[in-house]
Amino acid sequence: MSVESLFPRLEALLPKVQKPIQYVGGELNSTVKDWDEASVRWALMYPDAYEVGLPNQGVAILYEILNELPDTLAERTYSVWPDLEALMRAEGVPQFTVDGHRPVRAFDVLGVSFSTELGYTNMLTALDLAGIPLAAVDRGDDDPIVLAGGHAAFNPEPIADFLDAAVLGDGEQIAIAISEVVREWKSEGSPGGRDELLMRLAESGGVYVPKFYDVEYHPDGRIKRVAPNRPNVPWRVHKHTVMDLDEWPYPKKPLVPLAETVHERFSVEIFRGCTRGCRFCQAGMITRPVRERSITTIGAMVENGIRESGFNEVGLLSLSSADHSEIGAVAKGLADRYEGTNTSLSLPSTRVDAFNIDLANEFSRNGRRSGLTFAPEGGSERMRKVINKMVTEEDLIRTVTTAYSQGWRQVKLYFMCGLPTERDEDVMGIADLAKKVIKAGREATGSRDIRCTVSIGGFVPKPHTPFQWAAQADHETVDRRLRALRESLRGDREYGKAIGYRYHDGKPSIVEGLLSRGDRRVGAVIRAVWEDGGRFDGWSEHFSYERWMAAAEKTGVGVDWYTTREREENEVLPWDHLDAGLDREWLWQDWKDAVNETEVEDCRWTPCYDCGVCPTMGTEIQIGPTGKKLLPLTVV
Amino acid sequence: MQRLRVRYAKRGRLRFTSHRDISRAVERAVRRAGIPVAFSAGFSPHPKISYAGAAPTGVASEAEYLELGLTEPCDPDRIRAELDASLPPGLDVIDVVEARSGALADRLEGSAWELRLPGADAELARVAVEKFLTAGTVEVERLTKKGMRRFDAREAVLTLASEGTAAQVPGQSCVILRMVVRHMTPAVRPDDVLTGLRLVADFAPPVPPEVTRLAQGPLDAVSGEPADPLDLDRDTMRGGEAEPAGAHGAGQ
Repeated sequence: MSVESLFPRLEALLPKVQKPIQYVGGELNSTVKDWDEASVRWALMYPDAYEVGLPNQGVAILYEILNELPDTLAERTYSVWPDLEALMRAEGVPQFTVDGHRPVRAFDVLGVSFSTELGYTNMLTALDLAGIPLAAVDRGDDDPIVLAGGHAAFNPEPIADFLDAAVLGDGEQIAIAISEVVREWKSEGSPGGRDELLMRLAESGGVYVPKFYDVEYHPDGRIKRVAPNRPNVPWRVHKHTVMDLDEWPYPKKPLVPLAETVHERFSVEIFRGCTRGCRFCQAGMITRPVRERSITTIGAMVENGIRESGFNEVGLLSLSSADHSEIGAVAKGLADRYEGTNTSLSLPSTRVDAFNIDLANEFSRNGRRSGLTFAPEGGSERMRKVINKMVTEEDLIRTVTTAYSQGWRQVKLYFMCGLPTERDEDVMGIADLAKKVIKAGREATGSRDIRCTVSIGGFVPKPHTPFQWAAQADHETVDRRLRALRESLRGDREYGKAIGYRYHDGKPSIVEGLLSRGDRRVGAVIRAVWEDGGRFDGWSEHFSYERWMAAAEKTGVGVDWYTTREREENEVLPWDHLDAGLDREWLWQDWKDAVNETEVEDCRWTPCYDCGVCPTMGTEIQIGPTGKKLLPLTVV
Repeated sequence: MQRLRVRYAKRGRLRFTSHRDISRAVERAVRRAGIPVAFSAGFSPHPKISYAGAAPTGVASEAEYLELGLTEPCDPDRIRAELDASLPPGLDVIDVVEARSGALADRLEGSAWELRLPGADAELARVAVEKFLTAGTVEVERLTKKGMRRFDAREAVLTLASEGTAAQVPGQSCVILRMVVRHMTPAVRPDDVLTGLRLVADFAPPVPPEVTRLAQGPLDAVSGEPADPLDLDRDTMRGGEAEPAGAHGAGQ
């Protein structure tokens, strides 16, 4: 069955919408394979606008890996803005891929990558536009398998009703394995329909199929147990870990969009995982262990990526980039290599550490020293002990002062508000810290031309972290503390003008909290919000707290019960049957340590603290140094 | 510094690129192709690429122009091939010449446009064109960055003609409008002329038009058509052979 391109019908709508180029595809290095020659067809979705979705590394990597398989085809689809959605509904144009402009419903698998829970309503829009029933139980053999991945998929329970399957962890190998299962099942003539396909995936132990599990509840609403409802379905589903990143040097052919996107650069993941042990950080917990990409592979990937893309910026990505065992040599090697070529290098996610200023200096040899960003996260020493962000006030001030005296004019500091055990004075500590930073900076430079921007996000407790049991702060408390902090900063005659202040109100965090730690009953809220017009919840101009609260009320879901309620040790959590490798007892102990303000050291340099990942997942820490150096390139 | 003048086309789906999209695509293509483009000095160096008279988003064009500043002399034909290979299909390099004198923008006095109007009635179009051409002025309004502006769309239109043709969809009529419009301030765009046709004769095509700029350049005193603006840069010895393929509508 051949599938025709929807483009001619879409094209007639494009003159009427904003930024039409985002819907036409044709990006450099994109692939349109022959439909009929592929036996397994994937539509990969990032459930946000194209400008956010296109640079996403996860989707880009899977797109490339799947298209490299001879009998598999992968195309991409993104959320359409409401202006195009309205026209598509009026003209009957279904959700399409941007590569071949094929209808999403014609694919075998619709893979949706969730970096954040705020994309859930966008998935429903896409399913509905595609003509795929929202509820998995209503789908037939002609509908694709709707498969979730990404960090939010570590608790897919709130969207369990809308998913056929979910995958935890690194996608490279499991995507290929799933493709193989689908190919085999189709080549046998699709025996047993979609249920048999889902059974084959579930039996493998690496794919979670929500409908093969029943959830029982206590009368008080807590979960009693989650159990498989068919034989051969495993009690727990495990995450996937790619052990050798040098074997998977993707992206090799970076997608270069015509439209403007949020990240205009070639990104290389220099390692995966993080064992710093920041207790609020879900990414750091669920991506363990640390696996470094070697300096030589990084060098080769950067060289290839720049040549293939024409980007003039390289981002070295990871959860804490300066922690790579050979980051100094990587930085110097790349800076040498690209000196004088107007190629800029960036190192997002760095810790408060004087060493990082050396790196930043290396990356800004051409003289551009605009801004540096550090994330102390907690405003007081006590708070930083609770969250295990081991940086003292002295360290911070010394680091920032060094930055100012080496020519950096602007320092950005990231904090969170609403952390467990937080008191008013912890948040007011942010103001003290910012003032001390400016004071020290002025003394060190003898100049008043330095600035510090304080940027604050609301804390949301996440599954598979020590804070999974914690009570989330209510938005009134968060807003009150943020207001007091603003007044303290604004009102300061000596330093107020040198300190910028950016924050968001606490309400969106409550919705994020509901979706993060929700169970299957929260699905009704998501659906009600979507039916009420909820779209693009990650965008403040589209997000409506009132709409979410009205939907929760209508569906009888108590938002406080999911967010501001502290959980007991023995409560069954909605994601307990999903295994991120972390030992539950260790997580509980780490939660108790947090409350007691006890810190834990990084296991890369100190003895193992038994988080459980390496033994249960059969993995180990993979770090250098390799002792190798980057060779200069011969200029062509 | 060598300056090269480039004529390129914006075709098919890539007509939906904005001017900013194109400038990013060109910068990346120049880097991929290893073309030795010069950079401005200062805090944030920019490649020396300048654009003249870019067509609006959604409008295709056979005649867009940009100028490249290079740090070392390059063969224009080689740059034409390399830049074209490096740009996505749909952004196609047609012609490259070395700049001789004057500013390119000054030579772009007017444009020839083609508007395809699927589903429009040929007779109504003919009558509307006639009314438009006999009118002294046709005041239209358009929302610009400075708010709603009111201006005359008639004076800038040097020629305007309509013809009926078969549409791509069988059984549907299609009208083609061709016009030469002088570049003025405020700019009179093809859609302003279309607005004018609606105002004078209630002529309104059922779907948005497919607009293509066919040529832009100095307006020929005799024919009234835009001539090739790069002719003035062309080496007289090689004049004849540099005429590019696909340069229809330009300088007869």
